[in-house]
Amino acid sequence: MTPKPGSAGPRWSGERPAADGPAPAAGAPPTGGAAAWAWPLGVLLATFAAGFAFDLWTRGWWALLGVGFVCVVLLAQELETRLALRWRGAFQRALALGFPLSLLLIWELLAGSGILNPRWFPPPSQIAVALWELTVSYDRFNRSSLIGRPWLVPEFFAERGWEGVQALVRESHVWATLSRVLGGFLIGAFPGVLVGMVMGLNRTVRMMLDATMSAIYVLPKIAIFPILMLVFPNPFGEGPKIAVVAISAFFLVAISTMAGVQGIDKVYLEAGRNFGASRWQMFRHVILPGALPIVFSGLRLALGTALIVIVAVEFVRADRGVGFLIYYYWQVLVTPRMYAALVVVMALGVGLTALLQWVERRVMPWRRG
Amino acid sequence: MSAKIVARSAEKRFQTRAGWMTALHDFDLEVAEGEFLCLVGPSGCGKSTFLRILAGLDHATGGEVRINPGPDPRQPLANVVFQEYAVFPWKTVLHNVAFGLEMRGVGRKEREAAAHRWIDKVALTRFVDYYPAQLSGGMKQRVSIARALANDPQVLLMDEPLGALDAQTRAVLQEELLQLWEESRKTVLYVTHSIDEAVFLGDRVVVMTAHPGTLKTVIDVDLPRPRDLSVMATPEFAALTGAVWDALRDEVRRAMAEQG
Repeated sequence: MTPKPGSAGPRWSGERPAADGPAPAAGAPPTGGAAAWAWPLGVLLATFAAGFAFDLWTRGWWALLGVGFVCVVLLAQELETRLALRWRGAFQRALALGFPLSLLLIWELLAGSGILNPRWFPPPSQIAVALWELTVSYDRFNRSSLIGRPWLVPEFFAERGWEGVQALVRESHVWATLSRVLGGFLIGAFPGVLVGMVMGLNRTVRMMLDATMSAIYVLPKIAIFPILMLVFPNPFGEGPKIAVVAISAFFLVAISTMAGVQGIDKVYLEAGRNFGASRWQMFRHVILPGALPIVFSGLRLALGTALIVIVAVEFVRADRGVGFLIYYYWQVLVTPRMYAALVVVMALGVGLTALLQWVERRVMPWRRG
Repeated sequence: MSAKIVARSAEKRFQTRAGWMTALHDFDLEVAEGEFLCLVGPSGCGKSTFLRILAGLDHATGGEVRINPGPDPRQPLANVVFQEYAVFPWKTVLHNVAFGLEMRGVGRKEREAAAHRWIDKVALTRFVDYYPAQLSGGMKQRVSIARALANDPQVLLMDEPLGALDAQTRAVLQEELLQLWEESRKTVLYVTHSIDEAVFLGDRVVVMTAHPGTLKTVIDVDLPRPRDLSVMATPEFAALTGAVWDALRDEVRRAMAEQG
């Protein structure tokens, strides 16, 4: 294979005979002008051959993967320079999607062949099956299910009315976690925005609260969970769990809202004043929209933290929730289901973040494109 | 009839960590109704301070600064076209231009009609619903000019409005600005550090001294109106910019020496 004369880009200027490349292996393809992709491929094949020959697959698999990764990167880059410009976008998307897929494939193979201990790292196929089982089955021992068996809603409604539907909702782990995260997030974020606004606008309030807020801000809020269990009449109920999420969100949102208000460019405030904005108009037309970008970065942080906190809380004290599921299946050593619960947590994170981004685009249309 | 803008022994002192600093000292100025007055001076001479006092963003600490006949509930006193692109990034061109009227409680239909008129005049008709982030620097400053004019103030204040633009865009906007002004003949106070710009736009050019800022000299620009950029090639124009520069040179040197 020789390069087309027209495609002689900078990458081709360094063209060199294969002998200069590091150790072409026996099975390497014919070289020549194509040295740039031939030698990584050679190294890749040589490494894998050596892996089988010297049994590196069991003892040094991590080194094989490392060398393999570097070679694949070099090959992909070479391939991309040869693609017509209109295919590059598709190629990059294929890389973005293909890499995680091949990771899963490698995991599957390694676990299947016993190189990875499937007890601790069950193959993805098993995790998928476990996820399916979790979704469709009902755990008699815990009297719970993953998503509350929505297909039973008509039946339960016919038998027991709304109370039946509520029973289904109550047995759902996803619903338990989601309601705690969303409830706590909303209960914490709204006062957080309010207090942050006041702190940003009023110097006296800021001076009084800033040190205190900063001190509490650095405290991991999960550490005050025991206090909350003492404070609430039912220490094992939803109260302390929602409260700890709310408190985590509150401080993050308050502090970033304050920063957002203070960060508004002075020239916008002066423009508002010069055009005769009243206090309320100033707030509505200048300060609120001016602070929104930073407020939203605070909300994103708060949402991520809320998810961390709720999983931790559910580890400790809950009989519902995905955090509980992870911990429970760790205790009974059903690792595929433990991983399945991890996948659910990831899905919740992705879903909630997407929801927040959607709200963000609606609220700040000027930030689009 | 008294002048539109009157400053008598105006003084502005700031308190800084190093003590009191005088930005404006014994400053006298009269601007006639319908006059286009340009203010030049070395940086830090208090020309922007004077403009901010007129805009109501600052107060004189001594003397008197007044816009005649004074506050009128039907017409705002003075609106500013700011130095940077101070158009609100979170408002569309339409809502930016309608901003002043909205603050004054003008109904939606009326204020948007007025905004549309001014957007047409600054040739942004196609961009009514764009956000400033989607516009070039020159277009943003057009929005800023339209925002001030749509509010129909008694006096238009411009604080180095074209300073951030490239030379070609600036030349185009200077001409457009003159056309707009010919139509309305509003009283304009224009702060700039470009001598060419001051002579090209103004009826008079006021040169200020380095700090404390006070009036050094006033140069009458008797170039015929309406003007276009070709006036810059005439010997009269060269003579006038030369005169402004003669007055300014020592002040700029003094300001640089004090800063260095």
